[in-house]
Amino acid sequence: MRREIPLVITSVVGIAFVIQYFIPHSPFDRFEQLFSDWFFIIAACAIWLGALNLLKLSIIKIQKKKKDWQYAVIIVASWLAMAIAGFAGGRDFQIPGTGFDWLYVNIYTPLSATMFAILAFFVASASYRAFRARNVQATLLLLAGFLVMMGRVLFDDILFGPFVQDFTPLSDISSFIMNYPNLAGQRAIMIGIALGTVSTALRIMLGIERSYLGGGD
Amino acid sequence: MKTSTLLALLLLLLTTSAFGIIVDEDTTDSISAPVSMVTEEAVRPQPALNVIGKDTPNDNGGSIQVSWDLSPDDAKGMVARYDVERKPVGAPDSQYEVIGDATAGGTSITDNYPESGKSYVYRVAAVNFAPTVAGGKVEVTSFSAESAPAKASAQWFNTNRTVVLIFAIVLGFLILWYIAQAKAGKELFIRRIAGLEAVDEAVGRATEMGKKIFYIPGTQDMENIQTIAGVTILGRVAKLAAEYETQLDVPVSRSLVMVTAREIVKEAYLNAGRPDAFNEDMVHYLTDDQFGYAAAIDGMVVREKPATMFYMGAFYAESLILAETGNSIGAIQIAGTAMPAQLPFFVAACDYTLIGEELFAASAYLSKEPKLLGSLKGQDVGKGLILVVILIGVIIQTLGVYDVQSLLNIVAE
Repeated sequence: MRREIPLVITSVVGIAFVIQYFIPHSPFDRFEQLFSDWFFIIAACAIWLGALNLLKLSIIKIQKKKKDWQYAVIIVASWLAMAIAGFAGGRDFQIPGTGFDWLYVNIYTPLSATMFAILAFFVASASYRAFRARNVQATLLLLAGFLVMMGRVLFDDILFGPFVQDFTPLSDISSFIMNYPNLAGQRAIMIGIALGTVSTALRIMLGIERSYLGGGD
Repeated sequence: MKTSTLLALLLLLLTTSAFGIIVDEDTTDSISAPVSMVTEEAVRPQPALNVIGKDTPNDNGGSIQVSWDLSPDDAKGMVARYDVERKPVGAPDSQYEVIGDATAGGTSITDNYPESGKSYVYRVAAVNFAPTVAGGKVEVTSFSAESAPAKASAQWFNTNRTVVLIFAIVLGFLILWYIAQAKAGKELFIRRIAGLEAVDEAVGRATEMGKKIFYIPGTQDMENIQTIAGVTILGRVAKLAAEYETQLDVPVSRSLVMVTAREIVKEAYLNAGRPDAFNEDMVHYLTDDQFGYAAAIDGMVVREKPATMFYMGAFYAESLILAETGNSIGAIQIAGTAMPAQLPFFVAACDYTLIGEELFAASAYLSKEPKLLGSLKGQDVGKGLILVVILIGVIIQTLGVYDVQSLLNIVAE
């Protein structure tokens, strides 16, 4: 029963979702919203499982003075600061001027922005490796990347602007690469993804794929 | 004399008052009083024609589409807008009410607020403006004939999705057919997927080095099918890790994923005959926040230097932040995602990448279960079929034999 009940629930909900996609009539039209609501309610309740797990592991790490336990102190302090500020603010904890809002705007947002900004450097280092002309394919990739970049930064104006008006070969080549070979490749991947999604969904609904429930097949 | 003076004063007062009212009214009337009836009639547009109200197709009821032909004066610039009015049928006392409008040149609107099952008639007012005495303007309208009654009703099938249904049935049939074939013992050829062949090697490398395996199941919750595919592969990796006695660390960003992943890892250790090696804290929660999660994992990677890293699931901008950090410490990295925008990043930073469908194929491929392999075979044959259909469609469309695009009338909603 431990596995049968989840399998039945999964199958019923999956089939209901498929039906509501094709049948707009009531009551099927309400299924998607109904199941989404239930999912978000469960996920919202489950957040405590994760949050308390993080707190528990961090406290154990500090107590046992495990390697790098100092970072756990920051986690616990941050966890408590945000939780206390949030609860102290009551229902309006998110409105500007509250302690929670201050922490959010002055600490959380800059930290997130910093992590996002680091991405630029990672793009540079990854591009350096990806665009090395090691073989024919890599050289083609380098060439295509170079042309797209030149076209995207409107290099035509600098190269040809002083001599010929409205002459934009780099921009045209860039658009061609993006709209034809690139788009065709993207669509091929998308078709594969769609088929894979349908196949996986079918396996799950039919109970053929059960490993997500834990255990073997 | 006194009386006549009083009468004169009273007359003067009344005249002044009256004049005052007239002056005041002149201001307000500048909006409503046209220059003359002749002017008013000269600018009055001819009415809209052929007003039709019909139920919106393929919906759940609750809307009626109203369409009309333009007023002949629309092209002359004599129509400012069209007001659409409706009245319930069978209610003699009810009046027309305006339910929406369209600018000049517009020929349809959708009435989103009819009562289900109730019939309505519609008419369209072509509206123009006539100048007033005081330089203002006043609306002049002409009403179309009443439409035939229309009623909003829900449909039992969305015909816009017929093509999707046909393909889904064909694909479903192929998958079930090949599952049956596999169950009957037929040998099925599945193409080699390098990234999945490397899973054993990656786990083995961590074992040899005596270092951890990091498994990142994406940043989305359990409602995302990529996360489900990701945690499914986790079961295989966890079983290998248990057999090789290698440390496994699964930091997750969603509580529900944590609970699910724990069950999967626990069962994998049990199946590998190593329940004693399982520790539920090997699957632990970090944060729901995208960049907070990336920062936490980056910190762990730099400090603990795992030998192997798996990224299997749905990723967004954090993909490269994670993969580049893993690359910088020299970990062997295998990624799999169905997010097309993140695939180039993983390809650039990881040793192996499962591209799109390969992520969904991984569970079947690794397990070698006949039923799962059958579904994989069906999926591949379905893809071949779609490629053939696309090719035939392109040829037919290019030669102009038939408008294939009209068959693919899939409306995005």
